[in-house]
Amino acid sequence: MNIYEPIIGLEVHVELNTSAKMFCSCSADYFGKTPNTHTCPVCLGLPGALPLINKKALESCIKVGLALGCKVSNTSRFERKNYFYPDLPKGYQISQYRWPLCVGGKMEVTDKNGNTNSIRINRVHQEEDTGKMSHIGSVTRIDFNRSGVPLVEIVTEPDFRDTESIRDYAKKLQQIMRYLKVSNADMEKGDMRLEANVSVRKFSTNYDLQPTTRPLPPYRVELKNINSFRFMVAAVEYEIKRQTEALERGERLIQETRGWDEDKKQTYVQRVKEEANDYRYFPDPDLPQFDTDNTWISTLKDQMPELPEEKTARFVAQYGIAEPNAKILTDTKEIGDYFEEAARLATEFRINPDKIANILINKRIDRDKILPANLIKILKEETDKPVLSDEELEKAVRDTIKENPKVAEDYKKGKETVLQFLVGQVMAKTHGQADPKETTKKLIDFLQRNR
Amino acid sequence: MDITSLTLTQTLNNLKNKVFSEEELNKAYVERAKALNPALNVYISLLEPYKGLPMAIKDVLVTKDIRTTAGSKILEDFVPPYDATVVNRLLNNNISIIGKTNCDEFAMGSSGENSAYGDTKNPWNPDKVPGGSSSGSAAGVAADTCLFALGTDTGGSIRQPASLCGVVGLKSTYGLVSRWGLIAYGSSLDTIGPITKSVEDASIVLSWIAGEDNKDSTCSGSYKHDENKLKKGIKDLKIGVTRAHMGEGLDEGVRRTIQTALNKLEDLGANLVEVDLPHSKYALAAYYILATSEASSNLARYDGIRFGGERELFGDEVKRRIMLGTFSLSVGYYNDYFAKAAKVRRLITQDFQKAFEKCDVIASPVSPTVAWDRGANIKDPLAMYLLDIYTITANLAGIPGISVPAGFSEKLPVGLQLLGPHWSEETLLRVAYNYEQATDWHNQKPELNFENLVIKN
Repeated sequence: MNIYEPIIGLEVHVELNTSAKMFCSCSADYFGKTPNTHTCPVCLGLPGALPLINKKALESCIKVGLALGCKVSNTSRFERKNYFYPDLPKGYQISQYRWPLCVGGKMEVTDKNGNTNSIRINRVHQEEDTGKMSHIGSVTRIDFNRSGVPLVEIVTEPDFRDTESIRDYAKKLQQIMRYLKVSNADMEKGDMRLEANVSVRKFSTNYDLQPTTRPLPPYRVELKNINSFRFMVAAVEYEIKRQTEALERGERLIQETRGWDEDKKQTYVQRVKEEANDYRYFPDPDLPQFDTDNTWISTLKDQMPELPEEKTARFVAQYGIAEPNAKILTDTKEIGDYFEEAARLATEFRINPDKIANILINKRIDRDKILPANLIKILKEETDKPVLSDEELEKAVRDTIKENPKVAEDYKKGKETVLQFLVGQVMAKTHGQADPKETTKKLIDFLQRNR
Repeated sequence: MDITSLTLTQTLNNLKNKVFSEEELNKAYVERAKALNPALNVYISLLEPYKGLPMAIKDVLVTKDIRTTAGSKILEDFVPPYDATVVNRLLNNNISIIGKTNCDEFAMGSSGENSAYGDTKNPWNPDKVPGGSSSGSAAGVAADTCLFALGTDTGGSIRQPASLCGVVGLKSTYGLVSRWGLIAYGSSLDTIGPITKSVEDASIVLSWIAGEDNKDSTCSGSYKHDENKLKKGIKDLKIGVTRAHMGEGLDEGVRRTIQTALNKLEDLGANLVEVDLPHSKYALAAYYILATSEASSNLARYDGIRFGGERELFGDEVKRRIMLGTFSLSVGYYNDYFAKAAKVRRLITQDFQKAFEKCDVIASPVSPTVAWDRGANIKDPLAMYLLDIYTITANLAGIPGISVPAGFSEKLPVGLQLLGPHWSEETLLRVAYNYEQATDWHNQKPELNFENLVIKN
């Protein structure tokens, strides 16, 4: 029997939120700014301009690498990726090729069957963004505010087998970026962009080959320039189906680049292999190779926050809360911090952290307004409230009726609205300890009995 | 007094002693430059400063609000919005820009004939080339149309025209002078340096432009002008002589002139020792792969979108080098060409390291011939490339070199080249100074009979 197995690798570009651009001191905050106001000779590629490395960007890139379990290279350097495009002012992009900053990490993802798989990260490297073109009628305008904004590219091995894993990977990656505070990782704004390499592997169950020794397909389809996560998932699904059907028909598939047509809900060919770019990579002579010394790396490690996965495990172990709850409470660093602060205070006041977890998950608490200490105070007041015994309540009800004979008479005559007045009297008598519902019930009981 | 015949050092003294004013100084140079430029074609843009020290800048160095063409039609209307670091530093030292000098397009050439703005003529004989690519800078200084000039040297472009025009030209150690604002040709080889009327002038100008710059991450170090160190003798210094620079292909007249210069250095107390540069024979091939590879990438920005003209405005030599470099970097050729050339470069660097264990400086000719007839080699680019063989090794190794006037052959100047280890400018200038002062060559001026200068474009 033949089995068709999707083989997918991802390249993710993440735009860093550094204040300056990658190779000049222009502001990297370009979103919504007047076009071509955040530019200088460097990011405009003017003759004679030279790049200078933004160390803060390198630090963000290294943190991403460390968060993904990569090894930080001892020496690294930038190369030039040469190609012509109007939004690329120098005619080359400063990127990394042979000497990436970080190599060899991994990430655990959950697939559609709920199984956990390990995705190998090939590399995490640093590069710069291009300008942005907009086509208005027959005119094309270029805004270079984005030119030179630092990008981190994260390349996986072809380890994905379904789109659910891709979804999980993207979500976790986004979460890590936000935890590290290196990027807003907002896909709508283009802070995080995905490219997928999709192929389908045909193999026969008759062969006793282990999944790891099955050869990769001799082609791959690159899905590029798809600027929405939803469309990317749709495009991958479409490709898996298209390629599987083609293979079933015995067709041979070829290496090509495809885009997504949202109207037709299908992918279309952008470029075939024969037209592929030869980027003519070579070391950028303007930027000497640099070392990443151990002190620097360990300082960066110290600066890194606890990441979502570790935090989840610790919440389960430390506070005895259920794993699904722990996952929700580590969704962002902010909610995790809130929970921990509240849980710490809760323990002091002998409140079960699990109760805090449930409140945070089930009730919409405005965390900006109610500080953890406030939350604990409210809870504490609730628990400290002395409970009124049944006898005490009944006595209060009886006394109230006795003290207000006219009102009781009115009620008996059918004026039910006076009941609220009596409830208020009981509440006052019990210093607010009586439960209004219970009091109402008891009052009705007595008044009817004595009718 | 003929103000324009004075060196920078002499001029500074005269200004200090109020022998003449800055206004008089500028007037004298502007008049001379205006008079000679139509015949010599030294300047692409000629200005009229009235104060400061009037000097000239090769037109590959960007100057704020002053058109900068790199000798190319593609940048005919390009007015940079910023100054190169060297320009900035010179302005801080009270210079005035008298003009932007002619040069081979994007500094690609050895004769000045690749400029889109016409050939520069050699002041010693207008039928001869001035050398290149800093053709206008060298010819301009030789003809006393400026107090001094800046040139750039990627494969010999300061030293060779200085040699052919009989002036001093210093190529600094790679990284000593900031490249910020230098229109790149071969970024890992490009250096900036002074072209001057005397060795002491070169030392002064270098001290003004050298040193760390936070705009160029390949730039470091510093240089201080120290008259006493310059004037210290050269007794017991070891001067290397290499067969690689004195053998086959060297013109007999040039060889004799250089031999006389070597004897003079011995007379001054230096010891001549023989050194070997075994990989020099591969230098030319390696250079034309590395320089053109980098050029193919550096020149990709001239797409006519943001500034400048269309790509078709590139001259033939520039197109040739872009194609050569693009090929060398292509998939399937990278390892055979670019990577191999980079290996040769390392071997040449090691050759020099070993040689400098045996000597302090290496002496040789700058160019295998004196200035040749204009138009003679223009049809044969390879023959032209071969004329760079004594200068390109210094660029590959990143070491400094100087050309100092050493006499004449066929009534044309011959330059003595001195090469030293990285950051050895002080020793280099010291040897050059001692040699210069012991000879009279630097006092010789071309006979510029204005009526004899016929404009032949």
